[in-house]
Amino acid sequence: MSRRPLVRECPPTTWYFRQPRYLRYMSREITSVFVGAYCVLLVVGLQRLSAGPAAWEAFLLGLRSADSIVFHLLALAAAVYHATTWFNATQKAMPIQIGEDFVPGNVISGAHYVAWAVLSVVILYLAGVF
Amino acid sequence: MTQMKERLVQLEVLRYNPDTDTEAHFQRYEVTCYEEGVVLDALNKIKADIDPTLNFRWSCHMAVCGSCGMMINGEPKLSCHTFLREYEGVIRVEPLAHFPIERDLVTAPDDFMEKLKRVKPYIIPKEKKPISEGEYKQTPTQLMKFRQYSMCINCMLCYAACPEYGLDPQFIGPAALTMAHRYNQDSRDAGREERQEVVATHEGVWTCTFVGACSEVCPAHVDPASALQQMKITSSIDWIVEHLIPGGKK
Repeated sequence: MSRRPLVRECPPTTWYFRQPRYLRYMSREITSVFVGAYCVLLVVGLQRLSAGPAAWEAFLLGLRSADSIVFHLLALAAAVYHATTWFNATQKAMPIQIGEDFVPGNVISGAHYVAWAVLSVVILYLAGVF
Repeated sequence: MTQMKERLVQLEVLRYNPDTDTEAHFQRYEVTCYEEGVVLDALNKIKADIDPTLNFRWSCHMAVCGSCGMMINGEPKLSCHTFLREYEGVIRVEPLAHFPIERDLVTAPDDFMEKLKRVKPYIIPKEKKPISEGEYKQTPTQLMKFRQYSMCINCMLCYAACPEYGLDPQFIGPAALTMAHRYNQDSRDAGREERQEVVATHEGVWTCTFVGACSEVCPAHVDPASALQQMKITSSIDWIVEHLIPGGKK
């Protein structure tokens, strides 16, 4: 009797179609593209600001275009999805043991949501919204 | 006594004979099983009544030994823990993904066993003491720190679920790395630094991209994804202490 194991390769470009959970994972990864693109936009904005009032006004005008608004909505949705899935994952990465018991996972995730809300209010305050 | 209900089950099983085949192929079987039966019961009935050449591993039939892992409709599962009544139509049964097929549903676990050895899955005490000095004692709180991770039954379902292992077979993988974490967390152990040589490398925890599939399929609720993320954090802290803090030493 011979030993001749058969190796089945994992398809390198289509593996994520095999399971809905892989598609969920990839959809989360793709949100990074929007988050990254928004960071690039912020850097461009800073560069325009340093170039003088005319350049800055032109940049602001561009932000009011329909394409820009659609991009911002997509980037916002992607950032919210990315952040919520990350917060939900924190309970796995940072379990807290007190005595023989562990703090319930939703408390750990919930603390991140609270921190998110507080920081958002602080940033809006510093930006002069209130 | 109430008569147990029966149902006709159709299974499509991946077959591979290393002596005659160059490729694997599916073979369809029809077998009558008890309504309350599991996929392993159907396979045993096929082997007993229809096709004695069908090969598969099993032992305890109670989700403890971890021998009967296979892909059932594309999902890594213990066949002794997968009820027939949960399925409609043909049930597709394949060997565990990402492992070489030895024969039919039997896979070669050599790679996993080799990786398990590399993480030194045993207690490495700081100082060995003679048996006459008694056992290494531990409080319930210290036990709870690693107990969950000690429940692994080495069934390898997490490897079959992990796309990173499928794409990069160098990856040490969920179960073996979780075993490293289990011993790192043990108050009686002082072997973390030795294990870091395997854990804190590209083929260690840094190949993991936190897909999380390992934890979703784990029949023992070990949560390997949790163990790996914790080790990423501690490994990062090691790096910061070593490289960014003046006088810091691992």
